[in-house]
Amino acid sequence: MSRLLLAVVTAQPPSYYLQQLVNGIFSGSIYALFAVGYTLVFGVLDILNLAHSAVFTLGAVIAFVLLTHFGLPFWLAALLAIVICGAIGYGLDLVAFRPLRHRGAPHISSLITSIAIALIFVSITENTFGANSKRFPPGVAPSGELHIGAIGIDRLELFILALTLFLMVVLGYVIRSTRPGSAIRAVAENPRAAFLMGINVDRTIAFTLMISSALGGLAGILYGLSQHDVSPYIGRDQVELKGLAVIVVGGMGSITGAVVAGYLLGLVEVLVLVTLGTNVRSGVAFALLFLALVLLPAGLFGERAARRT
Amino acid sequence: MDFFIQLITDPLGFYSAHQLLISQIGVNALLTLSMYVTLNCGLLTLANVGFMAIGAYVSVLLGLNQHLPLLLTLFVGGVCAALVSLPIGLPVLRLSGIFLAIATIGFGQVVVGAILNIPITGEGQGLTNVTADPAHAVIEIFMALVVTAYVLWRLGGSRLGQAWAAIREDSVAAAAHGINVARYRLSAFVIGAFIAGCAGALDANLNFFIDPSEYQFNRVVGVLVFAVVGGFTNVVGPIVGATLLTSLPEILRFAKDYRDTINGIILIAVILFRPQGLLGGRLRGGPVARLLARLRPGRRAPGAA
Repeated sequence: MSRLLLAVVTAQPPSYYLQQLVNGIFSGSIYALFAVGYTLVFGVLDILNLAHSAVFTLGAVIAFVLLTHFGLPFWLAALLAIVICGAIGYGLDLVAFRPLRHRGAPHISSLITSIAIALIFVSITENTFGANSKRFPPGVAPSGELHIGAIGIDRLELFILALTLFLMVVLGYVIRSTRPGSAIRAVAENPRAAFLMGINVDRTIAFTLMISSALGGLAGILYGLSQHDVSPYIGRDQVELKGLAVIVVGGMGSITGAVVAGYLLGLVEVLVLVTLGTNVRSGVAFALLFLALVLLPAGLFGERAARRT
Repeated sequence: MDFFIQLITDPLGFYSAHQLLISQIGVNALLTLSMYVTLNCGLLTLANVGFMAIGAYVSVLLGLNQHLPLLLTLFVGGVCAALVSLPIGLPVLRLSGIFLAIATIGFGQVVVGAILNIPITGEGQGLTNVTADPAHAVIEIFMALVVTAYVLWRLGGSRLGQAWAAIREDSVAAAAHGINVARYRLSAFVIGAFIAGCAGALDANLNFFIDPSEYQFNRVVGVLVFAVVGGFTNVVGPIVGATLLTSLPEILRFAKDYRDTINGIILIAVILFRPQGLLGGRLRGGPVARLLARLRPGRRAPGAA
């Protein structure tokens, strides 16, 4: 191991590692944005919304189609795509979660309906958008590199980082200090008690899914922009399982935890890539997840411990 | 429609036309039974795909290098999967609900990562499996399925099966009645791993080529869907779920590219209208079951005589 490390270390100049570190932070931004929506819904509904990764894909695909097909300016296309994703979130609750919730069905049922929705979304995207990966046309987003010493920082990625941090601060404010935010926290704590206090539980949950899906769609757009990759499978292949790892390590339902763990995953991935090579990447990430679950069941910032029996 | 017409009017022709599909139905039914064992004990574990990969690789490697017959290699594959499941189950089964599911997903990914790094497995390139015999695999597959289903059905009424059911309904109450919850859960986990390992070996026998990409998350999610749609409180449900959903793409052939869309819609419809699964839940109290109970000699309802 240490010899391997040494071999790698001597092969590359130090600026290479700094560059990788910067890359890790940027991919971490996308993980964080995606995972925040994931964890928000888990916190409120207590279910995993496996359609979240399909909404991630739809965000990128819708923005792409609005941009290239309808000739809208990029910012408008992105904004519209985010709004549409929010609406999809509302529809998701209406079709997949609300009927089951009203019946008091077990959580596994909602898990399956969300899988079904993901299946439908991916299938429709395949048939309308095509299965191939496409690229956003050049020049739609800030481009070019800022050079700090030997490290090049992409302007776009800097923008993504700033946007992510800004949105997290806004979201934190909304959840902590506004009326809809306290409704969300109340429902997360105890839906029945919230109902008795006069909170419209259905509306609150739909609102949560809208925020969550809008964030997921935005994450998809940013992923497509920065990785030059828009296809029906980006959600499933790039963020579905990693997002799961992020929300567990961060503590289920914790927004701060999801953000911190998102960046952590970005960094760990780069670290493993640099030291051990691509083959072990997914294995190591999940071995860490596995350990985290067994040793640290509450996650980094979780208030509730992983349920044990 | 052609699918059903042929099935009824020309069963032999149907068999030769859909042999691979029938084999896949058998393998998927076995996999679903492996998940049924744990679900029936109240555990949502998604490690099956990892155990399946272990069974598949062990069996293929034994077949390739030692030229052992399939029935032996599949058994060894199942045993290896069960042996791995013991040390995994001990720490992981302390978790429950969604956390257990996620930890076991993690295990599946670790198995894939391991395969990618062990030279004998062909790593990412995969293995060419010259010993595969998809044309004659049907017999072994359905033998395994029938034996597994029969054993699990008999287990249902045994002490073990009753303990699993009690734990599923309420683990605290079960513990209060002196059931060693941890040990019974572990036994369900290990038995499920054994069945999944055998199913993996049989599945590998259908393909001339295996590689780690076949043992991804999507596969195990598919199996979970079979179990939930069929219903997982009796042995028949998982088999029916696997049969219906495996043949669905074939039945929906006319829908061409939109098969997955229709698949998803059917899935939602089943969950919304039959939340306990097609055959799950109240089978015991249903009209058919009551009729059967009345026909069965020697068993009268209390107070009837």
